[in-house]
Amino acid sequence: MKRSWGLLLIAWVIAVAATAGALFIGEVMGMTPCLLCWYQRICMFPMAIVLGIACYSEDRRGAIYALPLAMGGIALAGYHTLLVAGLIPRAWIPCTAGVSCADQKLDIFNGIQIPWLSLAAFSLILSLLTIYLRKTAK
Amino acid sequence: MNSKKLTVAILLGIVLIAFLFGMYNYQRRVQSSQEQRVTLQKGLLVRMHSPVFGPTNAPVTIVEFFDPACETCRAFYPIVKDLLRKYPNDVRLVLRYAPFHPGSDQVAKLLEAAKRQDKYWPVLEMVLAEQPNWADHGTPNLELAYKAAEKAGLNLKQALVDAATLAVDAVLKQDIEDLTSFEVTKTPTFFVNGRGLPSFGPDQLATLVAEEVAKAKK
Repeated sequence: MKRSWGLLLIAWVIAVAATAGALFIGEVMGMTPCLLCWYQRICMFPMAIVLGIACYSEDRRGAIYALPLAMGGIALAGYHTLLVAGLIPRAWIPCTAGVSCADQKLDIFNGIQIPWLSLAAFSLILSLLTIYLRKTAK
Repeated sequence: MNSKKLTVAILLGIVLIAFLFGMYNYQRRVQSSQEQRVTLQKGLLVRMHSPVFGPTNAPVTIVEFFDPACETCRAFYPIVKDLLRKYPNDVRLVLRYAPFHPGSDQVAKLLEAAKRQDKYWPVLEMVLAEQPNWADHGTPNLELAYKAAEKAGLNLKQALVDAATLAVDAVLKQDIEDLTSFEVTKTPTFFVNGRGLPSFGPDQLATLVAEEVAKAKK
């Protein structure tokens, strides 16, 4: 039991780190998030709270509530990653005023792009939650 | 509190501290890079064409990068004016344009045209006073801004002709070029004798001005 709680904790820490990172880029560095980033935020930010409560009160249901958020996040981040990589033709998306999703302006740690990080975070969280739920299933 | 709860609380605290620490460092880096640029090209802060308010040979110069459609600039206008009133012989205000909002460039050009009719400050004040009416973000109503300028005594017909001249266009282009090289991204951005605000706020501006005035009096 103790070890499986650790899985939940790691999943939560990833969500919190991703949330803090997104807020830092948006609010401190002043980069306006693009539309796809917003949708990924919608999936990530609640997990930082839900999983936190789940860890704090050792509530297995928190992992279940976070599951759809993680899945939605993977779908969005996967699409965003393909878009940035140029594997989805950009002509499919009409131009709108605002920030372009395809034109990635920011990379940190020598060329690691934010959508990749987002995809990695969502995937890790989903795997951890799945393992946790299997281990704690009765 | 059991150890699990404690772990959650401690981790949360670590993330929070890391965030604040990162924020502090980032902002300091941005500011020092801007300060460096300003010190290197101090002369470019005030251009020949820049409108000046107050004694021309005042020892302290407040340079304000401003946007006629920016609410914060509107809110700061009386604050800056109070500072000028407080130090009538020592402080002058120099305005630079930072037309970040749609339509702002047109209004800035109109202000430049108003300068030729010697109506710069009354037109500026009227345009700022009426700003809530014309400067709807995204869909500014320039007609209302022009009407406000007319109310301040501007010959609008002549002003619109003047505003369309290459000379006025060049003024705006120059200001945009300078704000880019000074890394100005927000309005209003103040420089008092080339020094930026340590953090944004009216008190910080007043303190900086007071410091520079005291320095000049020595």
